[in-house]
Amino acid sequence: MDVVDIARWQFGIITVYHFLFVPITIGMSAIIAGFETMWVRTNNPAYLRLTKFFGKLFLINFAIGVVTGIVQEFQFGMNWSDYSRFVGDIFGAPLAIEGLLAFFLESTFLGLWIFGWDKLPRGLHAACIWLVHLGTLLSSYFILAANSWMQNPVGYEFNPDTGRAELTDFWAVMFNKVQMVSFPHTVTACYLTGGAFVAGVAFWLMVRRSTPDADRPMYRTAVRIGAVVALVGGLGVAVTGDFQGKVMTDVQPMKMAAAEALYETEQPAAFSIFTIGSLDGSEEVFSIKVPRLLSFLAENDFDSKVVGIDELREEYRATYGQDPGAKYYSPGDYTPVIPVTYWTFRLMIGLGVVAAAGAAALLWVSRRGRLPRGKAWVWLAIAMPLLPVAANSFGWIFTEMGRQPWVVFGLMTTSSAVSPGVSVGEALTSVITLTLLYAVLAVIEVGLMLKYVRQGAEPFVEPPNPKLGEHSDEPLTFAY
Amino acid sequence: MELTTVWFSLIAVLWIGYFCLEGFDFGVGMLLPVLSRSETERRVVINTIGPVWDGNEVWVLVAGGATFAAFPEWYATLFSGFYLPLLLILVALIVRGLAFEYRAKRDDDTWRARWDKAIVIGSLVPAVLWGVAFANIVRGVPIDADKEYVGTTLTLLNPYALLGGVTTLLLFLTHGALFLALKTDGEIRHRARSLGLLLGLAAAVAAVVFLTWTQAITGDLTSSALFVAAALALLGGLFAAWRAREGWAFLGTFAAIALAVAGLFVALFPDVMPTTLEGGLSLTTTNAAATSYTLTIMTWVAVLFTPIVLMYQGWTYWVFRKRIAVHHIPTPQLAAEPTR
Ligand code: HDD
Ligand code: HEM
Ligand code: HEM
Repeated sequence: MDVVDIARWQFGIITVYHFLFVPITIGMSAIIAGFETMWVRTNNPAYLRLTKFFGKLFLINFAIGVVTGIVQEFQFGMNWSDYSRFVGDIFGAPLAIEGLLAFFLESTFLGLWIFGWDKLPRGLHAACIWLVHLGTLLSSYFILAANSWMQNPVGYEFNPDTGRAELTDFWAVMFNKVQMVSFPHTVTACYLTGGAFVAGVAFWLMVRRSTPDADRPMYRTAVRIGAVVALVGGLGVAVTGDFQGKVMTDVQPMKMAAAEALYETEQPAAFSIFTIGSLDGSEEVFSIKVPRLLSFLAENDFDSKVVGIDELREEYRATYGQDPGAKYYSPGDYTPVIPVTYWTFRLMIGLGVVAAAGAAALLWVSRRGRLPRGKAWVWLAIAMPLLPVAANSFGWIFTEMGRQPWVVFGLMTTSSAVSPGVSVGEALTSVITLTLLYAVLAVIEVGLMLKYVRQGAEPFVEPPNPKLGEHSDEPLTFAY
Repeated sequence: MELTTVWFSLIAVLWIGYFCLEGFDFGVGMLLPVLSRSETERRVVINTIGPVWDGNEVWVLVAGGATFAAFPEWYATLFSGFYLPLLLILVALIVRGLAFEYRAKRDDDTWRARWDKAIVIGSLVPAVLWGVAFANIVRGVPIDADKEYVGTTLTLLNPYALLGGVTTLLLFLTHGALFLALKTDGEIRHRARSLGLLLGLAAAVAAVVFLTWTQAITGDLTSSALFVAAALALLGGLFAAWRAREGWAFLGTFAAIALAVAGLFVALFPDVMPTTLEGGLSLTTTNAAATSYTLTIMTWVAVLFTPIVLMYQGWTYWVFRKRIAVHHIPTPQLAAEPTR
């Protein structure tokens, strides 16, 4: 193991972990804001109870999202200092702007929302959680703009004097064509995730025997709202994913060929759903293929040609010279690890489709006062929150590993991005410490989640509706 | 003014904001077991910073991001060089942040006691290590001609830097105690004020030695003026604490920290990370900077949005301005475990 491998493992572990929690935060903050707005408008106690119940789960999740984000902010400097020197002029700006515009907004207004029940008038209180949601969207926008630049560098010039990439057009970076598809794709994936989470949890509570009958209609409402959000998100993910595939075929054809394990150029190209055999392309034991679908995914045309890995490798060699990634990939090989790209791509789509179908099923069986009690439904409800979370992780693993050996596509290889001054010992200490810590945190967080899910929503208590700036000497409505 | 100087100043402002704000919540965290004698009192202490600690922490995230954007070389050298101390800080911030959120989530004394420890250690470690890191930045560290840090972790543990760590530790403890005196009522308030006075005297001694030493290494006229002002602000704050004027007392430590950090940045300028190596290269505001195009964009963003952030953060402090006392703490609202 050298520092590059360790730093890669660390980045993968730490970032995927961060992104387990982030989509739940983004999706759920919108749904909770919706619940609270309904409470303010209708005065229906059920909405307040849902706000508070899901709010609690949301906060347990949010806390981990926040603390793991801190590592992200400094990780570039710690493990990827040559990367930071090379791209800082471009990449630093969205990161700094994210902090200034998004993190301040999120953390400040979340503090107000958590502790402000007895300090803020109702409408203003609800506005706080909407602002938190806005913060999460801004945060996603800027961080994804940074990531999109690594996928498709634009608006820069290489300066041979300073030896770095320098920004020439900020707006080109902000409206990168990869960003224009990645942002909607990721955000709709987050709505799918948040919706599935709410629908799954609420469904489980709705059918659970020990739930008071009077509460079942309330949970039913949550199931239906969550399921609709998940369905809309699922539809959005499919549509935007389709665009994303086309953009990627254009900017990183190798990634999309690798997603298909398509070695030889085909016209028209079939989409393989499932393959047993070796993915190095030598033999195929069994596979299910949909004729012409890949052509459509790549080019919007059922007859188009899709260029295969072998041909692309020759093209990349001609463009970028021989083997930049020789240390980690076979010589002259501009190919990512094919089994990983092939399977992560399928798992992302597959699990996401199952989640959306699950949402549709929950919507159907919970219609008009029905109370399905079958074991299968309970298992579906339990799986619902997990499916899109897993799909997200696979999506990222696909995106990031499919870009290899590049860290910035066409500009900088991953192996040249690492910190030269960091020793193997230091890097190992870091990855081991953080991984162990994160494992412990995962156990704690899941434990708390389960505990609070089991508790269900608390009974309705009319919250105060103070005037702004008014203080009572009563006990706080909420305290740590 | 050069854009690079503007950004040097803005980054100084971000660090000042960070130390002045998170400084007191580090202090509050460390004083948790010292100032509270019961579970309810512990909750009083924690709830004084409950709504604001996360917002305070964002200052360091933005400082990090802004350094990345405005001085990429500084960001790269600093964080890859100070690797292990930074890792410790990150771990501390992680467990501390979770502790605030999770501590009350189970009605179980062992659980709470563990998170209390996490709060204390998670506040102590960064309070010391940020001081050590800053002292090293000001004093200089071995950086070679390729702008790489070539020292080890031990290089960072020199007497001057350790004194820097002690100084931030004592200052944050004082700042935290006086914040508690301002934000609580009842016995804790009095305890906090007396302890704040004691800690403040110790902090004053450490700070005077540390700042004088700094002045001797690299200071100029402006930095010396700022250091003297910092010392006066601290003494003024302590005097106010002694006269039981808690608002002024807190303002005093706030100003003292702000002026001292400002002085450190002035002493540092125009370097951002000087080298101690023969033939090495000091990072400066010019050779570590981003292009002026990037700096221009960032300046626009900062000019437009910083005032808005300051407004709503300030407003939060106003919303939560009321003192908290034992009788404000609700009985644990943890519902009973589900009946099955
Ligand atoms: C719930 C999650 C989820 C679901 C159901 C899908 N995706 Fe996705 N996908 C993501 C979550 C995700 C993601 C984690 O959010 C990624 C990683 C980077 C990104 O922008 O979004 C991603 C990346 C990603 C990429 C890579 C783009 C790049 O390299 O920048 C493509 C081509 C697709 N997706 C296409 C699809 C298609 C055609 C889907 C089918 C219906 C689909 N995704 C469902
Ligand atoms: C601005 C955002 C991001 C940046 C700058 C970024 C950058 C990087 C870098 C520098 C690496 C190391 C090189 C490598 O080993 O591939 C990497 C790898 C990786 N990243 Fe990202 N990433 C970003 C967002 C994400 C997110 C949000 C996720 C997932 C949740 C993610 C998942 C991964 C994975 C799985 C790897 C490991 C791939 C591998 O080792 O081949 N990334 N990314
Ligand atoms: C590697 C790149 C990333 C970095 C440097 C990063 C940085 C951070 C930081 C510092 C925080 C904590 C903020 C706080 O204290 O309030 C955070 C939280 C957050 N991040 Fe990330 N992040 C990365 C990837 C992503 C991606 C790709 C997304 C979205 C698409 C995202 C969305 C969020 C959101 C919504 C939050 C706040 C909610 C939560 O913590 O769950 N992040 N991130």
